[in-house]
Amino acid sequence: MTRFPVMRRVRARAAATMCVAAAVLATGGCGWGRTVAEKEALEAGSASAAGTAKSCVDTSGSSIKIGFVNSLSGTMAISEQTVSDSLHMAVDEINAKGGVLGKQLKVVQQDGKSEPAVFAEKAKTLIEKECVAAVFGGWTSSSRKAMLPVFEADNALLFYPLQYEGMEASPNIFYSGAAPNQQIVPALDYLKEKGYKKLFLVGSDYVFPQTANRVVKAYAAGNGMEVVGEEYTPMGSTDFTTIVNKLKFSGADAVVNTLNGDSNVAFFKEYKASGLKAATTPVISMSIAEEEVSAIGVDNVRGQLTAWNYYQTLGNKQNRTFVRNFKAKYGANRPTSDPMESAYTSVYLWKGMVEKAKSFDVDKVKAAADGVTFDAPEGKVKVDGENHHIYKTSYIGEIGDDKLIHTVWKSDGPIKPDPYLKGYDWAASLQSDSSGESGSGTSGN
Amino acid sequence: MNMLFPQIVAGLSNGSILLLAALGLSLTFGQMGVINNAHGEFMMAGAYTAYVMSTLIGNKGVALAVALVVGFVVSGLLGLLLDVALLERMRSRPLDTLLVTFGVSLVLQQLARDIFGATPVYAAAPEALTNPVTVFGYSFSAGRLFIFILSIVCVAALYAVLKLTPLGRQIRATSENRDLAEVSGISTRTVDHVTFFLGSGIAGIAGVALSLLNSISFNFGTTFIVQAFLVVVAGGVGQLKGAVIASFVLGLCQSAIELPTSASIGQVAVFLIVVVFLQFRPQGLVAIRSRNLA
Repeated sequence: MTRFPVMRRVRARAAATMCVAAAVLATGGCGWGRTVAEKEALEAGSASAAGTAKSCVDTSGSSIKIGFVNSLSGTMAISEQTVSDSLHMAVDEINAKGGVLGKQLKVVQQDGKSEPAVFAEKAKTLIEKECVAAVFGGWTSSSRKAMLPVFEADNALLFYPLQYEGMEASPNIFYSGAAPNQQIVPALDYLKEKGYKKLFLVGSDYVFPQTANRVVKAYAAGNGMEVVGEEYTPMGSTDFTTIVNKLKFSGADAVVNTLNGDSNVAFFKEYKASGLKAATTPVISMSIAEEEVSAIGVDNVRGQLTAWNYYQTLGNKQNRTFVRNFKAKYGANRPTSDPMESAYTSVYLWKGMVEKAKSFDVDKVKAAADGVTFDAPEGKVKVDGENHHIYKTSYIGEIGDDKLIHTVWKSDGPIKPDPYLKGYDWAASLQSDSSGESGSGTSGN
Repeated sequence: MNMLFPQIVAGLSNGSILLLAALGLSLTFGQMGVINNAHGEFMMAGAYTAYVMSTLIGNKGVALAVALVVGFVVSGLLGLLLDVALLERMRSRPLDTLLVTFGVSLVLQQLARDIFGATPVYAAAPEALTNPVTVFGYSFSAGRLFIFILSIVCVAALYAVLKLTPLGRQIRATSENRDLAEVSGISTRTVDHVTFFLGSGIAGIAGVALSLLNSISFNFGTTFIVQAFLVVVAGGVGQLKGAVIASFVLGLCQSAIELPTSASIGQVAVFLIVVVFLQFRPQGLVAIRSRNLA
């Protein structure tokens, strides 16, 4: 057979090029390709705000418009659909009882499409075209940071329902999820109380885990604990052999987990298969709620710990009604979770602020916000007018066989929100280096 | 304690996963020159087969065994359908298959989303495979051991088919010289279909096996497809041996690099190694003259 080495070389090179092209195409269509775009959109998120637009909210009729912006498509849709559902439920309840200041609420729903840039664009549409009185929604920190400059430029209101990494307090956002001192710090207090001293940190490689772990490291340094390992994995990563090996050899006695989504499945399977056990090396997770337990498989997470401000199993009267109504509306197999409850609560808090202000005007609502309370399913909550976060009770839970999470520890009543952790001596180092990272659009209080 | 031994095991395990994902691809890409972007979705079909079987059959061990067979057939048939309906019409245009199969992969993903929903599901694995096995005082994942053995069995079986059976001879003949095979009385059309069925079927087996480690969702395959292509290209197009060596080298490299650095660096480093390697040896580890590409 005649051979042409040069030709072969050239053709093989062409084959390699085709493969790289195939690889690029393939990643473009999958999850982790998108997260990079997400991060970039966050970087470029400071939407060029054009002056303060005059509010166009129409308060003359018998109804008033409010806006929801949730991802109803894309990777985040699974999670954010649940928040949209509970927001709608709150509005239906309020309308059935006569609305707000005698006006029925009319919802304009927008799809954030799991892209921070789209969130910013839809928020602008809601404020400037739809003239809504307030906007509810957002999930990822990237989406919130992308929307923040829009709300500040137009002096509009956003109610953001997720627990998050803190280090932010915009005058135009109300944060109804936990600040770090209402989720991360209680989780660490619990581990400390139980005598765990060596922590291993594992998280997805993006803003929330990185910032949360800075808090964990500061806490450990100030409380006689030791961080023996800190590992990040690309979003959607499913290979945890090396990380679990490192975990086993680190001598850690507890794991703080800030992994997102699918990665949890691979991590917990590997953790279990390597012989680690919840009884001896527990994992406390910041992002696993009732919805996620069924997706991960209860076999893999039974007995592990979570830190939240709400569980479906809470026994108070408000929660029993909330769970019953939600299941009646959306199906008996649908669990309720912290982000959903927080979103539901945020609508009632806005209602409380408007009624206290006797006006839908943004400045008046903000002025009236301080001290507004609501008997939420998670317990009584109260708005802190200074940093726009809310007083919340913290619950450490254990995942049970029934796929639900059962409270094993709770804080002594609602904790005052402290997004910058100013009230903690050990956190002093965080303040100095947080200023640069809190985003160009943030005007911290 | 020494991490060397467990890390070598981790590397071999990663290698066996890469190998399972790449094996079918090395057949369809290597032997036929089709760039099949839907290969990952055939793995997804296998994974969903494992899920369906685990819900239908009570005994998890039996469910897994049945899923391996059914997964092979389901993905094989999907591949056959793709080949008959589309790819056969573009034998002389291998670059076009890249785009067409990319479209097919999107369609299959949407189909999976419509049938099984967007929420990830998981196939309940046999209890024995979710627990650790202890070797020399170290605990390892029994599931990973199973995948390792399965990948070796698949390679051996495929090797036997290619080397020892008349079908294997026909496949190799067609890939070496299509015209000559044709005039020797081989129906290259049939051989192409069978090759594609086999390659896609192996993707199905890979999907069933990898569902042990992972949750199953519509984008199950996208996790593996890029690395599978890397393995095939680095190993040398059209060579089983190359794919085997490349899988284990890349698996070990990733574990070795990840240990002192991080998971992100490990992934990037493996890409870099392959890119640099291909600069010096664009034909891959093991070169062979094949019909379309060399």
